[in-house]
Amino acid sequence: MTFRRPTGGAVDRDTVLRFTFNGQELTGHPGDTLASALLAHGVHEIGGSVKLGRPRGIVAAGSEDPTSLVQVETPFPEPMLLATTVELFDGLVARGLAGQGKLAAEPDPARYDAKHVHCDVLVVGAGPAGLAAALTAARSGARVVLVDEQNQAGGAVLGVDDPSTARWVAEVVAELENTSDVLVLQRTTAFGLYQDGFVLALQKRTDHLGFAAPASRARQRVWRIRTKRTVLATGAHERPVVFPDNDRPGVMLASAARTFLHRYGVLPGSRAVVFATNDSAYLAALDLAQSGVDVPLLLDARPEPPAGLAAECAARGIEVRVGQVTGTEGDRRVTAARVGDELVPCDTLLVSGGWNPVVSLFSQARGTLRYDGGLGAFVPGEELPTVRVAGAATGEFDLAACVRQGQESVGSANEVAVPASDAWRTEEPGLVLWRVPGDDNASFVDLQRDATVTDVLRATGAGLRSLEHIKRYTTIGTAHDQGKTSGMIAAGIVAEALGVDLADQRPTTFRPPYTPVSFAALAGRDRGELHDPVRVTPIHPWHVAHGALFEDVGQWKRPWYYPKPGEDRHAAVLRECRAAREGVALMDGSTLGKIDVQGSDAGKFLDLLYTNMMSTLKVGRIRYGVMCGVDGMVIDDGTVIRIGEERWLVTTTTGNAAKVLDWMEEWLQTEWPHLDVHCTSVTDHWATIPLVGPRSRDVLAAVAPELDVSAAAFEFMTWRDTTIAGVPARVCRISFSGELAYEINVTAWHGLAVWEALIAAGEPYGITPYGTETMHVLRAEKGYPIIGQETDATVTPQDLGMSWVVSKKKPDFIGKRSFARPENLRPDRKQLVGLLPVDPEVLLPEGSQIVGTRELPPPPVPMLGHVTSSYPSAALGRTFALALVRSGRDRVGDTLYVPVGDDLVPVTVTESVLYDREGARRDG
Amino acid sequence: MQLIPCPWCGPREEAEFRYGGQAHVAYPEDPSALSDEEWARYVFFRENPSGPFAERWSHSAGCRRWFNAVRDTRTHELLAVYRAGEPAPEVTA
Amino acid sequence: MTADLTSLLAAWTDRLAALAPALTAAERPFRTQLTVRTADPSALGETLGVGFPAVPCTFTSGAGAEVLWLGPDEFLVVAPEGVNEEVVRGALGSSRGSVVDTSAQRTAVDLEGPHVRDVLAHGCAVDLHPAAAPAGTCVQTLLARTGVILQVRDGDRVTLLVRSSFAGYLAAWLCDAATEYL
Repeated sequence: MTFRRPTGGAVDRDTVLRFTFNGQELTGHPGDTLASALLAHGVHEIGGSVKLGRPRGIVAAGSEDPTSLVQVETPFPEPMLLATTVELFDGLVARGLAGQGKLAAEPDPARYDAKHVHCDVLVVGAGPAGLAAALTAARSGARVVLVDEQNQAGGAVLGVDDPSTARWVAEVVAELENTSDVLVLQRTTAFGLYQDGFVLALQKRTDHLGFAAPASRARQRVWRIRTKRTVLATGAHERPVVFPDNDRPGVMLASAARTFLHRYGVLPGSRAVVFATNDSAYLAALDLAQSGVDVPLLLDARPEPPAGLAAECAARGIEVRVGQVTGTEGDRRVTAARVGDELVPCDTLLVSGGWNPVVSLFSQARGTLRYDGGLGAFVPGEELPTVRVAGAATGEFDLAACVRQGQESVGSANEVAVPASDAWRTEEPGLVLWRVPGDDNASFVDLQRDATVTDVLRATGAGLRSLEHIKRYTTIGTAHDQGKTSGMIAAGIVAEALGVDLADQRPTTFRPPYTPVSFAALAGRDRGELHDPVRVTPIHPWHVAHGALFEDVGQWKRPWYYPKPGEDRHAAVLRECRAAREGVALMDGSTLGKIDVQGSDAGKFLDLLYTNMMSTLKVGRIRYGVMCGVDGMVIDDGTVIRIGEERWLVTTTTGNAAKVLDWMEEWLQTEWPHLDVHCTSVTDHWATIPLVGPRSRDVLAAVAPELDVSAAAFEFMTWRDTTIAGVPARVCRISFSGELAYEINVTAWHGLAVWEALIAAGEPYGITPYGTETMHVLRAEKGYPIIGQETDATVTPQDLGMSWVVSKKKPDFIGKRSFARPENLRPDRKQLVGLLPVDPEVLLPEGSQIVGTRELPPPPVPMLGHVTSSYPSAALGRTFALALVRSGRDRVGDTLYVPVGDDLVPVTVTESVLYDREGARRDG
Repeated sequence: MQLIPCPWCGPREEAEFRYGGQAHVAYPEDPSALSDEEWARYVFFRENPSGPFAERWSHSAGCRRWFNAVRDTRTHELLAVYRAGEPAPEVTA
Repeated sequence: MTADLTSLLAAWTDRLAALAPALTAAERPFRTQLTVRTADPSALGETLGVGFPAVPCTFTSGAGAEVLWLGPDEFLVVAPEGVNEEVVRGALGSSRGSVVDTSAQRTAVDLEGPHVRDVLAHGCAVDLHPAAAPAGTCVQTLLARTGVILQVRDGDRVTLLVRSSFAGYLAAWLCDAATEYL
């Protein structure tokens, strides 16, 4: 049997959409939601409940529905969607859920994105109030964004039969769409309201197209809206009344039935009993009766039913009686409403317990809420400077009044006229009724959480009084719907149980998101290769072409090592190390941070910044320097070269380039603005290539014919400007490996060509490109620390054994005073040392703890330190490690132990420099 | 996403800024003259008020200027923004 | 032997070109760029023949040069042929400031087309409405996850300057963001 009416509603009956629900093949039409299409076939049961497995149906017609959770299987698996908000498409396969769905195992192929939009007025909700606000703002010339959750504008108008108001809606929408700087976004839910007029809204752009969704179009978009003023015309949700067995499929909100009828042309059933506490349920009863539904009985909980509406009902053959529904009968669908001892047969039970203004976004705007005893709901309790509320969201339900509020909310005198309507007529005030007494164990407050009146009373019985605590204790309001239909009722039952006035109760805090938002939508296009910027050097294409494996260093991709066919990492790194120590090798060091420092006070500034003296450096020379924080802990190191009397170039570690520049600017701008110094980042301007090894001089000589490369003419820690492969270059004689080495700097434009020229010139010497792993091994063999690997913001230069880099002459520099703090003078500070495993084959895992005993004592085990770096070494013919060890320098020669798995590996403590202690190799 | 009004570039999203902690904590004239405790106060101790708090921000993704802002720590509202070197304005939360 | 100049965006030329006509996107590489720090740029303006921008977040152009406001005492001079670091430093004379050749620090991507603002709005939080960002606007901001200098020219033309190491990311992002408008 079909429950689809032959006419009416915004569905295209000429087009048939096929879909499958719970294995059953069904049909619907464009304009349907999954819920309306199911109801058209008389399907009310969607799934089971999460804890009790009770059958559950469809309660509401929109995003406030607590029960109709489904898993959509096609075109891509997506869990926890509401049948009432899934627009039907051809080929849809879905199944009902019992409170839990299943995420897809494979990546979602759809596109997601974000877009920023700025406006003067943002209107949330395209019902009468929102449309009036948007139109008024648009006519005043403002930039307007109107967002609305539904697939068409109208709001409450969509749920009634009122052609003249519907025409008005269409006219307003047409005018808005023809006004410049007005953006109307349907299928768009404002889900979060943040500071400074920032609102996030999720637009479902192609969900409704199903398999026909174009792949190039973002399926969902997060609009990042920045608005000067916001009008919240978010409407109101009908709330039910709680009574025993109120969760049976077929028990539905009265307004939802009216919406299914008028918007989708679908009847909720054949025979409906109505349970009213207010006039609006009468209108639903009358509409259904007029559409052919048998409505034998309307129970009104109020002592005096509204005379006019009651008479209209009587004329339709609907018995209006004062009373309450006290329970339901049925198995998988309601078959009768219980009224005291009487059973009234029905397949549908419509309930209205009143209306809750939707105040979530207002509350997110930190607006205070006020309890309205007449409505039995929290309403906006104050005016906010930039956020206004209009329409049913304020508790106003008269159409003309809603439109007037919308218009006034944007403070313009432009009159918006709306035709008169009797679709929401009222005669008498509603009654606030939370629940009907009975079996509390079967009286469901939050249908999704299977939380009952018993659960609420257990919470108050346990002494809980705050609604926030009770929410967490009972889980009421914590499901996908965030208590849209249950939260207010829970608060009411709590107040009754405690004997307190709801006006004195603080409602639970509304938080984003208003409706669920998928992680995919939040991620937008920031995934895959766009997840995080990949920074590359100008030489990167060469590394890729030559088989480098890459290591992430911050956002940089750096060559890790270059394996030859058949080589593993170990073999490749040993080969690269050997080349650097015995022949010639080169690496791409372009990622080093580089900062140009200029000004008459540059030397003075660098003296304050570095622990050692920089102002005495002569033009043409280079000095290694260490920077500390005011606490005396090492924050960075690098070389400082003096280019001219008033010009210097400092390098930073790859990961700290931006941090160090910020650090310099911070001191210059906030502490020492009198200093004549300017700092400019040139990190990306220069390509930097260390050329390393005993044969590096030969290679350099080949590419730099104008340069005297002899050790005497080009001393260690000096630099020369020259021409390499025909381009201007600056060559620094510095070494991070202990070998004879040159650091070649050319502009990034020339980086690749100069690299290739070096490769060509080095070919006779077997020049070998090496990566970060080899660089790490080479420097570790020399005991050179890497900031961030050997250090962790608790390590002083002295701890690193680098007292020599700390000036005794300078009156002050950043960190100096801290070196004299007692804590930093303790003899048992952790100090950098070398570790040689007694078994030269054993490689210690980096990060391993170090203990002093051959066997572990009972916990707590005294820890002496940890391994910071650990490598196999070609030059040493064995493994080695660097470590921070308590009183480490006093333990040189001692045996300590490193727990590795279940073993305690004995290691010998050594000086940190393990290779070429005399420094004999740096001149080649 | 809060807007922070850079004194030079105007309001920008907070993602463009770096936080610099309490403002107006001057580097001591002569650190060596300070006791350990006085020095530790400078290095480690900062105010943590509930209410207006003068702090430093850098428009790091924009003009790279450090400036000062008075923020109400209860609401994050920025009550005043002023350039480095300017005195803190009188504000009431 | 003279080495060839290479740009990391060269590999993106075809993919960027394929965005037309929704978005005309092309790199303008190898321009001389000088970062100038000075509180008083008047003498420099005379030497270059173009006034320096006095208003934050704007740029000026003339005499084949463009001067971009980067900060209250910081400018980026996109220099014409023949103007280099030495020339500008000479014009600065003994006054306080600095001049640094940063030509290879950033590269430029010119964008043009009816969807320029749409595409940029997918990643840029600054209001690019013509009323809010008229021709002559020059903002340093974030575009998606990289910093950019964004110059608004007349009509639907925008130039993005991006750190060279981020240029590939920017190109990939532009191609992805423009997909919808193709």
